[in-house]
Amino acid sequence: MARVVIRNLNKMYNEVHAVKGVNLEIRDREFVVLVGPSGCGKTTTLRMVAGLESITSGDILIGDTIVNELPPMDRDIAMVFQNYALYPHMSVYDNMAFGLKMRKFARDEIDRRVREAADILGIEDYLARKPRQLSGGQRQRVALGRAIVRHPQVFLFDEPLSNLDAMLRVQMRVEIKKIHDRLGTTAIYVTHDQVEAMTLGDRVVVMKDGLVQQVGDPLDLYNAPVNRFVAGFIGSPAMNFAIVGVAEENGAICAVGDGMRLKLPPRTAERLRPHVGDEVTLGIRPEDLHLVSGDGADGLSFAAVVEVVERLGSQILLDVKVGSGAMVAAVEPTVQAKARDHLRLGLNAERLHFFDGRSEIAI
Amino acid sequence: MAVSDVVIQRPFVRAPRRGPATRLLEDERWLAAALLLPTLILLGLFIAYPFAEGIWLSVTDTRVGVPGSFVGLANFDALLHDSIFRTAVWNTFVYTAVATVFKLGLGLWLALLLNRNFRGKAFTRAFILLPFIIPTVLSTFAWKWMFDPTFSVINWSLFQLGLIHARINWLGDPNLALISVIIVNVWRGVPFFAISLLAGLQTINPELEEAAAIDGARPWQRFWHVTWPLLLPVTMVVVLFSIIQTFSDFQLVYVLTGGGPANATQLFATYAYQIGVGTGLLSQGAAISLAMFPFLLIVVVVQLLYIRRVEVH
Amino acid sequence: MIEGARWRRWVYFYIPLGAFILWLLFPFYWMLVTSVRPDRELYRPWMAPNYTPFWTAHPTLEHITDLLTETLFIRWMANTLFIASVATLISLFCGILAGYALSRLKFPFGGALGTGIFITYLVPQTLLFIPLASIIRNFQLGDTPWALILTYPTFLIPFCTWLLMGYFKAIPRELEECARIDGATRWKAMIYIIMPIAVPGILSAGIFAFTLSWNEYIYALVFLSSAEEKTVSVGVASDLVRGDVFYWGQLMAGALLGSIPVAFIYSFFVEYYVAGLTGSVKG
Repeated sequence: MARVVIRNLNKMYNEVHAVKGVNLEIRDREFVVLVGPSGCGKTTTLRMVAGLESITSGDILIGDTIVNELPPMDRDIAMVFQNYALYPHMSVYDNMAFGLKMRKFARDEIDRRVREAADILGIEDYLARKPRQLSGGQRQRVALGRAIVRHPQVFLFDEPLSNLDAMLRVQMRVEIKKIHDRLGTTAIYVTHDQVEAMTLGDRVVVMKDGLVQQVGDPLDLYNAPVNRFVAGFIGSPAMNFAIVGVAEENGAICAVGDGMRLKLPPRTAERLRPHVGDEVTLGIRPEDLHLVSGDGADGLSFAAVVEVVERLGSQILLDVKVGSGAMVAAVEPTVQAKARDHLRLGLNAERLHFFDGRSEIAI
Repeated sequence: MAVSDVVIQRPFVRAPRRGPATRLLEDERWLAAALLLPTLILLGLFIAYPFAEGIWLSVTDTRVGVPGSFVGLANFDALLHDSIFRTAVWNTFVYTAVATVFKLGLGLWLALLLNRNFRGKAFTRAFILLPFIIPTVLSTFAWKWMFDPTFSVINWSLFQLGLIHARINWLGDPNLALISVIIVNVWRGVPFFAISLLAGLQTINPELEEAAAIDGARPWQRFWHVTWPLLLPVTMVVVLFSIIQTFSDFQLVYVLTGGGPANATQLFATYAYQIGVGTGLLSQGAAISLAMFPFLLIVVVVQLLYIRRVEVH
Repeated sequence: MIEGARWRRWVYFYIPLGAFILWLLFPFYWMLVTSVRPDRELYRPWMAPNYTPFWTAHPTLEHITDLLTETLFIRWMANTLFIASVATLISLFCGILAGYALSRLKFPFGGALGTGIFITYLVPQTLLFIPLASIIRNFQLGDTPWALILTYPTFLIPFCTWLLMGYFKAIPRELEECARIDGATRWKAMIYIIMPIAVPGILSAGIFAFTLSWNEYIYALVFLSSAEEKTVSVGVASDLVRGDVFYWGQLMAGALLGSIPVAFIYSFFVEYYVAGLTGSVKG
């Protein structure tokens, strides 16, 4: 069983508490992505699993063994680095064979495995070349190949696609997903790009300031974020936020903010009843805003002025000014709008998010 | 596909048993200790120990074959009253100062010349380093032969050019000897300065000088205000390094004049050799050598402080 | 290039450069000419007529043959080659290990040790030679090549360490980390990954160390006494001067031949030597 268990993991650098009490259980064959902004502790956590950083407190188990004291070479893991980390003085073949040589595998077994991995990755033609003769994408494949030949228990990825250009990144993303499906090895993947997280992960772990914010399946994170940070981090373009006051009027609950006055639908209203009189944060995703005509009698719309129109082809992004704040709406490409237009945007009643004013936790 | 089958069924491989030595060397601190050990032993035995022994020698009255007893600072006191020692001190400082100034000036000039692109540049650069590469003693003998009072080719050339009428006794004239020795030292050191400063020049972005030129600065101004400040770090390192070598120089003077004539070229090192090895007065010789230390220490400290300051920036 | 008229190029560039080259290389030419000049031409006083110092019409190999057959010159060359090679190997070994430790490992007192090693480079041989002479004698190493082989590293190691630290620092740490994950111990990662990549630095340090060893004089002068053990510099300086008479022909032949091995090796590794020299200065 190649599962990975992280229990109460902490890391202190002098005075800085980089990783705070992380608890995670990664199941066998699962592809888990750690995502978050720079400095959130995701890379440090990964490096502790690899054995490249010492553990201040807590345990890490690979399989059923506590590996805290084991050096990297004894943990039966493989890692793919952001800068590929290919040995420049060795050929592609030798790069891939290095780990097996260190473990004293037989020559023909090494050859078999290297060619097998080269075949999976489509790099059989490059085996004799040196890294400097390869392009970025090819180098990353070799780095993957080097990890695959070892048949490790766990793959670790440290932002492997960050150095590639946009098109190559998309291509490699698909490749990695295919390889994982084919090989089935447990994988822990670190990235700051939420698109990679959503597309690659069986489960996604969002981290901030050393703490785990939310763990879940990508769609859960998207549809039901537990706090304002996760809501704003996942999804592109990002969720719109507005500070609103909760008021009661004639039995109905209203959200009153700068430039908007919304009458909340019954189910949502019940959630917010305990918060009457408080300020909360309203969250609405750009794709959950649509153009409405009329004067907004239904209560779930607000007036806005278009500032910038971004035509993407598959959709149109309207950067609008609402009151003194700004929002983004994603609408169909057939919409006719131009700068300085006045229009009305309606909100999808099923997709309103609210976050507590102080704790920022979802309501 | 065989690959997937292999991966699923394999249980976690027990970590191989590692011997105690392997485990120890995985620890950064023990590995560092093991790696540094040979160096520390060699440097300890052949620098730290002799240094301490030298201090001990200088405060006793040991002679060759005669163990000495403690005499405190008597040796140093005697040196202060020794006119030859005072001459040696003066000579060493003059030698170091003058040679360094010329090496820096000429080296810089040569570096600026080499900084242009011309045919045969790599070739020239390689040949120019020869004075620095060739063993000092051997090239110094060539100079000794060139300075020979009877057979000097330099004298011959100057005479042919009508610049002199009587021979110049380069090494035998007490007024000229130090100058001659300085000439040879400068000859040897200019390539080192030139190549080092050239490397420094080549790290300076040419756009800076071009911008200054467009702004109207003349060549001298461009050099002084743009190039020189950027070259200063490399210059400092080279100069300080050279000062230490020149101050403690021995080979050159020993071969050319042996310290004469009449102590005109006597330096710390040559005097220490003469007294310690020549006459066998080990303690006094050691004292003379150690007398170099305070100045060298100041230079080293200056260099360390400078490097630290540059690193901070 | 220098802008402007052609004459400016000559005055400001070609002439000064030519003068420098002439001044720096003339002594070697003089060495060569003197080595092949017969005695009767050598000892013509400088004011004698028909004196053609810059070339000779009757080149002779007698100085060189006398040097090789009548003196211990070949023995001296062999000694120096042996001493310089072994001292260089020892220094490279220590320098590589120490340079790696100081640049890539974290341990207490690392900075202080690095500074300490740097400082020993600045303790000149002329300060230590007197006490070191008696220490050498006490260790029974006097008058053997080992006296030099063991003491030369004192000024070679700090330099090699310093130079190699620069090269090691430039190697990304991911390479080592990846090697350790692949299954290498720290030691193996150093041998299989770091060292091969640092080969240019190792070559530079080696060349520089070799030339520095060949160049050393005072330790060789003081620690060696019998003629068979001497190095080239010491032998040429002492045994080719009999009484008060300088045998200039043989001396210059000795100087020339003694310089050749160094110049020869240097010519193959010029780039590495220059890299070593500038690397140590840019530190």
